[in-house]
Amino acid sequence: MNLDDALQTFVIEGRELLQNMEESLLGIERGETDDDAINAIFRAAHTIKGSAGLFGLDFVVEFTHIAESVLDKVRAKELAMDGDMVALMLSVCDHLGCLIEHVAKAEGMSEATSQMSRELGERLSVYLGGKREDKAKETKSKTSMTVDHDARLEVEGGGEVETDNWHISLRFGRDVMRNGMDPLAFIRYLATLGRIVNIVTLTDAVPPLSAIDPESCHLGFEIAFESDVDKATIEGVFEFVREDSLIRILPPRSKIFEYLELINDLKDENLRLGDILVSCGTLTETELANALRIQTGSGNALHPIGEVLVEQGMVEAPVVEAALEKQKQIKENKGSEINLIRVDSEKLDQLINLVGELIISGASISLIAQRAGMPDLGEAAATMSRMVEEVRDAALSLRMVQIGATFNRFQRVVRDVSRELGKDIRLEISGAETELDKTVVEKIGDPLTHLIRNSMDHGIEFADVRVARGKPAHGTLKLDAYHDSGSIVIEVSDDGGGLNKEKILAKAIKRGLVKPDQPITDKEIYNLIFEVGFSTVDEVSNLSGRGVGMDVVRRNIQVLRGTVEIESEPGKGVTMRIRLPLTLAIIDGFLVGVGGSAYVVPLDMVIECIELPPRSKEQGDNNYLNLRGEVLPYLRLRELFEIEGQVGRRENVVVVQYGGHKAGLVVDSLTGEFQTVIKPLGKVFGGACGLGGFTIMGSGEVALILDVPRLMQQVTSREVSVAGQ
Amino acid sequence: MTHETKTDARIFELSIEGELTISRVAELKEIILPVIANNKDIEIDLSHVTEIDGAGVLLMISTKLEARQYEKMLRFVGHSGQITEAVDFCDLSTFFGDPIVISSQSA
Repeated sequence: MNLDDALQTFVIEGRELLQNMEESLLGIERGETDDDAINAIFRAAHTIKGSAGLFGLDFVVEFTHIAESVLDKVRAKELAMDGDMVALMLSVCDHLGCLIEHVAKAEGMSEATSQMSRELGERLSVYLGGKREDKAKETKSKTSMTVDHDARLEVEGGGEVETDNWHISLRFGRDVMRNGMDPLAFIRYLATLGRIVNIVTLTDAVPPLSAIDPESCHLGFEIAFESDVDKATIEGVFEFVREDSLIRILPPRSKIFEYLELINDLKDENLRLGDILVSCGTLTETELANALRIQTGSGNALHPIGEVLVEQGMVEAPVVEAALEKQKQIKENKGSEINLIRVDSEKLDQLINLVGELIISGASISLIAQRAGMPDLGEAAATMSRMVEEVRDAALSLRMVQIGATFNRFQRVVRDVSRELGKDIRLEISGAETELDKTVVEKIGDPLTHLIRNSMDHGIEFADVRVARGKPAHGTLKLDAYHDSGSIVIEVSDDGGGLNKEKILAKAIKRGLVKPDQPITDKEIYNLIFEVGFSTVDEVSNLSGRGVGMDVVRRNIQVLRGTVEIESEPGKGVTMRIRLPLTLAIIDGFLVGVGGSAYVVPLDMVIECIELPPRSKEQGDNNYLNLRGEVLPYLRLRELFEIEGQVGRRENVVVVQYGGHKAGLVVDSLTGEFQTVIKPLGKVFGGACGLGGFTIMGSGEVALILDVPRLMQQVTSREVSVAGQ
Repeated sequence: MTHETKTDARIFELSIEGELTISRVAELKEIILPVIANNKDIEIDLSHVTEIDGAGVLLMISTKLEARQYEKMLRFVGHSGQITEAVDFCDLSTFFGDPIVISSQSA
């Protein structure tokens, strides 16, 4: 294990934990108070502190410790989780994020950050009054797990020892240091949880230099430790070495016989350990003498066997209990993690590339099987291609993530922005379980943030205006996601005032984007706000209104091969609809032929195929045909791509749908379904209109993939220009 | 990364520079062993050690034990702040013996 890797994991986990913490806090703010949420917040802080301690990140530990202490009180119902507390904890959460970023960049705290640490620390300390003593007592009663054994122990002749300290015996595993962990770091971290009263380093067990492998850990420690944390916390310190090291933790006021057990357990240093316990201040001389007397006594064969059994039973009870407890704990901890594996996304990409190649070679086998006319081979090839298809789907789904996590992040954005603006705005989320490609999810965050801020700033009115307009005082912002013919649609809608058509148009004319007499549809007017440097707001707020952004939003979405459109209803609000392709790598295609070339239409967009009525061939019909009473504009690919050659006797129309529009593509032949691995076109073809990429067919020939949205735009713009004439 | 060795009268002086950590203990073992074998009175100068971890502490312990086994005089001197801290932290000053305590306090 490399320490850098481990640190990386710490950073990633830290971010995740903070995310959970934030979500829980926002949940509480919305009134979903339950103990689970508070526990989750506490655990997040606790875990971050724990891991940070292992890496010696003192500035993180120090700060988190205060926050954790406050949270502990909240958990114990000594403090209320009210609005102020939530706000404070949110700042704590932000600040922790900031600290973790420092760690990620491997730098120290900046002046501003340490200032922040101090300020927040002070604000937190206010909650921590001087009630330490009560708490110490409380923990003690919680942790002394031996209470119910008192009666039996009297028979045994042991009593409680006098000391108030924990006793911790540590024998580090041989490989601890090789695994990149420093035993001293654990103890140093332990020291942050309380006071190390005494520590004895076991030098006796260390072989002399000539006999030692200096990279093997031969270190052992006996520690007397004063603290009011509970046992689980102390165990947590040694979490990372628990498996291969011998760790015994005895709570304060443990029974003498438990120490005895400890001495027995660590037999190799038998007598010496007793002395060490004394020198640690854990046991007094008398107590040790007592313990040793019991030890010799129990070794006596005269003991009736039943009594020994009882004695054994007694010894085992707490041990079994502890073991079960521990197991349960591990299960709880691992429960959520066990089903998840972190995989480098590059590996996934590689897998998908390989699957892509597999599809291409699979297609070529099917083709050969067909040609060879061997039914057996054909059957085998068909089975294989079905399997390949399943592999493809499975591989692609690995990259799919639910958009919910991204959506939930906006709860915080909405909360903060609405405070800043002095508006009361609620965020409603639906379709959170909709899945899409991880790369897309990552890249959609920024454009979405912008759209949301824009809606909040310009769209939703202030409460008094809203009331005057007969709307509820609080504004509502909706985020929705759903699948629609091969793409995913993300909608951001508000119930604000809607876009001001006249104002946009006036501004566009002033800027020379539109000619004054140009015919223009409402939709086109709305889309003008995505032009560079466009803002209709007169005053600039610090959120938006500088006219920088909406064009960037559109560009970001276009990079993902997506589109964005706006719908607006005056007085009712605006809906911004982002449409993105589901995956970026492999699709189900529909193979068609024009002349000698093959083209692929994404299958999800294909609705039906019909024969082009012969009438349309002879008479010019302005490229419209009647589809069961519906007007369907169509496009001849032969003309579009200027393909030479004789038009076949029959022409077919592939009816495609995208973004609520339908159109027909006229082709010569229909070949059928085809698994398509999208390969990007080179830069030379960057300007080629209507092509989204290419793919390789089983025969080794190349088929071009049609960019249906782009073609659709051509068709509809023709429609508009026809309508305008 | 260098360890200068110089002889002065009957005391052999070995100076360790740089890190005294897991990454170097194997290498240092090979350097220290022959020194213990060939000399009676040894001083290991730690004033140029920049960093120490558990492995470093362990190496110091085993070095001391090795010397004791063959009844050689071996002292660590010139503890840097880091080392003083680590030795105190593990409460090992008594184990390493008086000269170290004195020198560590002066360091």
